[in-house]
Amino acid sequence: MKLTLHVWRQKNTDDKGGFSTYELDDVSTHMSFLEMLDVLNQDLIEKNEDPIAFEHDCREGICGACGFVVNGVAHGHQKGSTVCQLHMRHFNDGDEITIEPWRAKAFPILRDLMVDRSAFERIQQAGGFITVRAGSAPDANAIPIPTETLEHSMDFAECIGCGACVASCPNGAAMLFVGAKISHLGLLPQGQPERAERARQMVEAMEREAFGACTNFRSCEAVCPKEISISGIARMNKDYRQAMFAGAAAPDGKKR
Amino acid sequence: MKLDARIPSGPLAEKWQRLRDELKLVSPANKRKHTVIVVGTGLAGGAAAASLGELGYKVKAFCYQDSARRAHSIAAQGGINAAKNYQNDGDTVYRLFYDTIKGGDYRGREANTYRLAEVSNNIIDQCVAQGIPFAREYGGYLANRSFGGAQVSRTFYARGQTGQQLLLGAYASLNAQVAAGTVELFTRTEMLDLVVIDGRARGIVTRNMVSGEVECHVADAVLLCTGGYSNVYFLSTNAKGCNVTAAWRAHKRGAGFANPCFTQIHPTCIPQAGEYQSKLTLMSESLRNDGRVWVPKAVGDERAPGDIPEDERDYYLERIYPAFGNLVPRDVASRNAKNVCDEGRGIGPGKRGVYLDFAEAIERLGEDVIRARYGNLFDMYEMITGENPYEVPMRIYPAPHYTMGGLWVDYYLQSTIPGLFVLGEANFSDHGANRLGASALMQGLADGYFVIPYTLGEYLASVKLDGVSADQKECSEVINEVSDRSEKLLSINGSRSVDSLHRELGMLMLDECGMARNEKGLKEAIEKIRALKAEFWSDVRVTGEGSELNQELEKAGRVADFFELAELMCRDALERNESCGGHFRAESQTEEGEALRDDENFTNVTVWEYKGEDSEPVAHTEDLVFETVTPTQRSYK
Repeated sequence: MKLTLHVWRQKNTDDKGGFSTYELDDVSTHMSFLEMLDVLNQDLIEKNEDPIAFEHDCREGICGACGFVVNGVAHGHQKGSTVCQLHMRHFNDGDEITIEPWRAKAFPILRDLMVDRSAFERIQQAGGFITVRAGSAPDANAIPIPTETLEHSMDFAECIGCGACVASCPNGAAMLFVGAKISHLGLLPQGQPERAERARQMVEAMEREAFGACTNFRSCEAVCPKEISISGIARMNKDYRQAMFAGAAAPDGKKR
Repeated sequence: MKLDARIPSGPLAEKWQRLRDELKLVSPANKRKHTVIVVGTGLAGGAAAASLGELGYKVKAFCYQDSARRAHSIAAQGGINAAKNYQNDGDTVYRLFYDTIKGGDYRGREANTYRLAEVSNNIIDQCVAQGIPFAREYGGYLANRSFGGAQVSRTFYARGQTGQQLLLGAYASLNAQVAAGTVELFTRTEMLDLVVIDGRARGIVTRNMVSGEVECHVADAVLLCTGGYSNVYFLSTNAKGCNVTAAWRAHKRGAGFANPCFTQIHPTCIPQAGEYQSKLTLMSESLRNDGRVWVPKAVGDERAPGDIPEDERDYYLERIYPAFGNLVPRDVASRNAKNVCDEGRGIGPGKRGVYLDFAEAIERLGEDVIRARYGNLFDMYEMITGENPYEVPMRIYPAPHYTMGGLWVDYYLQSTIPGLFVLGEANFSDHGANRLGASALMQGLADGYFVIPYTLGEYLASVKLDGVSADQKECSEVINEVSDRSEKLLSINGSRSVDSLHRELGMLMLDECGMARNEKGLKEAIEKIRALKAEFWSDVRVTGEGSELNQELEKAGRVADFFELAELMCRDALERNESCGGHFRAESQTEEGEALRDDENFTNVTVWEYKGEDSEPVAHTEDLVFETVTPTQRSYK
């Protein structure tokens, strides 16, 4: 099939950037969206032009590297999928497709469709863990965990950290991402000792970045490739509130 | 090149304990004076960096991705083995060891493999404590499944995303150490060379993938946790960025490369759909627990699968291997799929595919049970192929997946360069000539959490290291070499893209150094690789500049190294004139067409020494001594 692509091109963070238009003549319906861009890039290289930079790695929907906005929707219109899993059979001959990077103040554009998501890293480093030294763990079966609790936790653990939630949010909020980690660990018995402190640290780290606040648009949930529920945001707020009321104990043992 | 495996004395089951009893320790006050570089943040690297940080070392961790959480370990679906025997079905540490060494066709090192089985249980404990949501039974205790040919249920799993969950656990521990200030993390930073000073690994040269800046980092030891080299085949199940550059550069600086021809072609992947294909997607082999593999009995049968009656189907694995059926090890399953396709009985586009059929299991267990077990895999299959596997059989075909070969290491995981340690898939040591399912995650975490924290300490406590600075001449020389190479790649300005040359190399490797190899094909392949490599260096086109984010330049550097590795792989396959595990030499097979080992001549590891651009590499051997097990011919009939 034939396609017309409008792709955001931007040389670096300081460049102003703009859309360029490309025509593709022979797109197979079995191609993935990224393979379609590969083919376009080969054409560009042949013409001695810079290929389109886009982030990708595993190309099977799990590493979370890929992601850009296709026709206004983060990862494209296929529900519950990353853009690498989107295939061209979902498009029609003659379609015009607009492709642009995640747009969020907290994610500066590095080049073309690539953005800097290091704000996510700083939030995880602030508290997205259970502190357990290698070698100090008890037997894995020491604490039974009801299947329901476990599965609920796993629903949140599936987050791949792609950033689609932030890109789709009119406020550029990161709360689905942060809520997912807080819920994953906070639902498990192993996560209880640090639960309040974790919420406090992660929420405060989030607020130090350029993310907005949640105003319940729920667009994050709609585009999340792992279909993570916004109930995670409620859990985050609850844990954070409890930490505030209780005056969570800091790692140094002092109350705040 | 001196190869001393430094295997501790004593009975197999006591070696690791004895070593730990006697290892030198670094005092707590001295640990923070040692800088350790960890390259790669997958299961091996993430776990190592976190554990060493916990101990108090000053760690610098590097990854090419934008986050340590994205390393390719994340894509492992099926599970992780451990000898917990929670199922009461007869599993023991010895049995896990035995299955692993046998599955590797007796080409692994006994002592390393035993240690792997021994620490497997600690890994599960550690992971659960980190909050990894492994599947559980209704009583709340951990669930297990049988996996990839094992006769006990010892595999722990988290939906179809075990690798992701384990990596997020290691990543979380790594983050805790970043927060504690022991680990400094360098993302989007690719190692392009190793710095060796006075015969010891003392640093690495990296390129910042955003700014293009090339710089040197120095340390007292360097750990390579950089994964495998399946992307030499272009099409593989590996992530697109996976590459051999770190390991290959270390090889060129003096690290022996062991058994490069030992590659694993995974039997259950989605077949190639077209010329534009960029990678192959693996479907967890847990699917073989309930799926039945078949092709039509007749050559050229073009009917839809549903129109082919039972008695005209060949369930070839069940027919040839009645004892193990669809659960034969990966190499056996892959080779048989190739054989039936070579006979002209393959199915789907290009006739390179076989059916994996769930109809019988759905009838027996109901669609809900199958959905609960494999739902996300079925969804993924449908997303990629547009076909519903609940209704029509899946189509599968083998794809390069894992490389058992890698940099040679001794029992301490140290390479032939003192101070250079190699962990996880990047080393060669634990899986012999074939890796069993659910063992890669086990090895990565074993090396990172429970082996290197001990053996690295022994090294640092035993040697007296001079101070080193990134400004000294040895470092700037390597920086210059790396920069020159980038400049050269950018200046060729030929007519062929990096991908087109890589694709051609990959097809050649899959044909001649893939599931079956022979002398004539390998010799021809070496000539063709050299010609293609010459074409690469005279006609490649790398767009853009070095001082910017440049994905073509990144790829070009990696592919240049793949050319050199490819030649060594063929050379190694030629040298090893026997069949073992994933290495099948057509000249060495039983009357029934099974792999035939030559224990008299090849109970050893081939370790290649680099001798310079214009010289032939030299093969050394480490003899494998089996003190405990007796190598037998594998039989899954």
